[in-house]
Amino acid sequence: MKKDIISAIRLTVATIILFAVVYPVCVWGIAQLAPNSGKGEIIEYAGNTYYSNIGQSFTSDKYFQSRPSAVNYNAAGSGGSNKAPSNSEYLETVKARIDTFLINNPSIQKNEIPVDLITASASGLDPNISVQAAHIQVKRIAKVRGLSETDVQKLVDEQIEKPLLGLFGTEKINVLKLNIALDTFR
Amino acid sequence: MNTEILGIITTFLIAVALAIPFGKYISKVYEGSKTWLDPLFNPIERIIFKIGGINPLKEMTWKQHLSALLTINLVWFLISMALLMTQQWLPLNPDGNPNMSPDLAFNTSISFLVNCDLQHYSGETGVSYFSQIWLMFLQFVSAGTGMAAAAILFKAFREKSTDQLGNFYNFLVKSCLRILLPVSFILALILVFNGTPMTFEGKDTMTTLQDGHTVDVSRGPAAAFIAIKHVGTNGGGFFGSNSAHPFENPNYLTFMVQMIGQLIIPLSMIFAFGYFIRRKKLSWMIFGVMTIGFLLLVTPNILLEQNGNPAITSMGVDNSLGAMEGKEVRFGAASSGFWSIVTTVISTGSVNAMHDSTMPLSGMNQLLAMMVNAFYGGCGVGLLNFFIFIILAVFISGLMVGRTPEFLGKKIEAREMKIAMIIALLHPFLILTATALATAFSQFTASTLNNPGFHGFSEMLYEYTSSAANNGSGFEGLGDNTPWWNISTGIVLLLSRFLPIIGPVAIAGLLASKKYIPEGAGTLKTDTSTFGLMVFAVIAIIAALAFFPALTLGPIAEHFSLY
Repeated sequence: MKKDIISAIRLTVATIILFAVVYPVCVWGIAQLAPNSGKGEIIEYAGNTYYSNIGQSFTSDKYFQSRPSAVNYNAAGSGGSNKAPSNSEYLETVKARIDTFLINNPSIQKNEIPVDLITASASGLDPNISVQAAHIQVKRIAKVRGLSETDVQKLVDEQIEKPLLGLFGTEKINVLKLNIALDTFR
Repeated sequence: MNTEILGIITTFLIAVALAIPFGKYISKVYEGSKTWLDPLFNPIERIIFKIGGINPLKEMTWKQHLSALLTINLVWFLISMALLMTQQWLPLNPDGNPNMSPDLAFNTSISFLVNCDLQHYSGETGVSYFSQIWLMFLQFVSAGTGMAAAAILFKAFREKSTDQLGNFYNFLVKSCLRILLPVSFILALILVFNGTPMTFEGKDTMTTLQDGHTVDVSRGPAAAFIAIKHVGTNGGGFFGSNSAHPFENPNYLTFMVQMIGQLIIPLSMIFAFGYFIRRKKLSWMIFGVMTIGFLLLVTPNILLEQNGNPAITSMGVDNSLGAMEGKEVRFGAASSGFWSIVTTVISTGSVNAMHDSTMPLSGMNQLLAMMVNAFYGGCGVGLLNFFIFIILAVFISGLMVGRTPEFLGKKIEAREMKIAMIIALLHPFLILTATALATAFSQFTASTLNNPGFHGFSEMLYEYTSSAANNGSGFEGLGDNTPWWNISTGIVLLLSRFLPIIGPVAIAGLLASKKYIPEGAGTLKTDTSTFGLMVFAVIAIIAALAFFPALTLGPIAEHFSLY
């Protein structure tokens, strides 16, 4: 037993050096070659830098809106609503979101609203919306910004991110990138 | 076939295809025979053994193994308590996060020590980078501990008759250095080049495009952490929302890589066992039973999540994306349903979607996956859990056909059976008793629930099931950072980790020292599909049925209230 304790302490010291110092420092070193030196991918626009993976709150009529968020897109933390599918209070919230959307987008039918626009994401920082979620906002954006629907539609289509290799996963749109494209459109 | 389903199937097949050659490599590592990574690892290993003062060739009996295993785990626990309770004053704390309370430090230390990573704190606010790196260290060695315990089992069935079962420290170091480290390193690099941060700088501020408000963005040395979190089947996230966080899991490629990362070791260990004891067919029996169990749980979850919440469908919106509450668009509902079972059959417990918001029966399958805890299972320990079921199945089938129960040439007698039975019943005992207590003492628990009704009960049942399975995922709505939850789950974690290691190792040690009986006409063959079916039946009866009443009160009742 006593010998076990001494071996345990000495071995702990040795393995700490390898796994808690050498390993992370090596990964950190190689990360210096990665985009933005391993500090998270960024987009620069109009003198500001944004994290392209971190979703932002877009609620105004002149921007493509992002998904509801349980943490209000505060990236100091993260989290989902954790509401159960049967929770009646939660279902009321979803109904209210549908009604609000229909008021702001009068030309859209209820059955066109995709479910991602009325449900909160897991991280509360989801940078994406589905392609359909962008499509149904085109009319509103065109009207508010005084652009033609075809132009806005074109912007959306250019921003569609295909599944990995065209084969795996979902099709989606990065809301921040789309809104920047919208702001730069002339 | 749509791209979401194609992505899932491809991910799983790649994992299996990699696991077979990697299993062979693992078998060679434990044998001590030559591998192509020797020129790199031999010198490092020599230095570690030198600093540790260890002679890796000194053989141990099963009792000496367990003594070494428990002692070193105790040392890690004490260091961990000290670090977490003083992290505020230690270096690498750019965000100025406070010390942990004693009960939270107790829970966190045990949780990472036992490969569970139940997290009652949020990574962004609850720990410093120094503590994160310490927890990352525990992720390596706790996975290594489980694998070393499995290696003792390997050794016990390779030798004809012996009580010398290799050296514990040798197995531990080899598992961490030669198996976990290289895979983690590759994973960490893939993550880094896909946008996962690896920096020691603190929070950044960014102004928003719409309003020009400033928002803090948490960062940190995440990539190295996330890699071993999956490879070691630990599951503890760097950020609060785990692998749903867009830094922790930025795109579909990282989704696939993290899935493969957590499948690879549990799958490889099955094949390594077969190579090591030179009975490849036995591996295929084990793999077959586990895979059938896995598919029976994962298929309904994919379908349920794809079909979405009927209460939302009835509102008249387009629900074709599936149950998107608590899910990320870049993964989608089907992939999240897939992940939710991979992470629960294996004891990882990382999440890419919030399990609390999944459909009631998906939640039930996640619970069942952890209740069985042996369809693949955690690093090393999955195989140990499955071994218990094999022993039970051997005994029962032996009685049924009137043959002496034997496994791999060793007679199974009363003593081994008693241990196996205790370990098999411990799991339901811990989960059900603890949940019953939490329900009875509702003054401590009722206010911590996030959802009313049946689902509230499921939240408590899930918390203890996750603890007992050393899984670490949660119905995260539960406000679990209270003394009640911290202490009660801590106790469940300890018992459910070390007893299920001690039990199988003891059985293996006892069997190893018995006389070897060569296979004859009267031997019950254990590598056939008939025997596989028998094991499956034992699992279904012991593991699943014990929980049926509890599941009825939670997810099943909720299902019928919704559909």
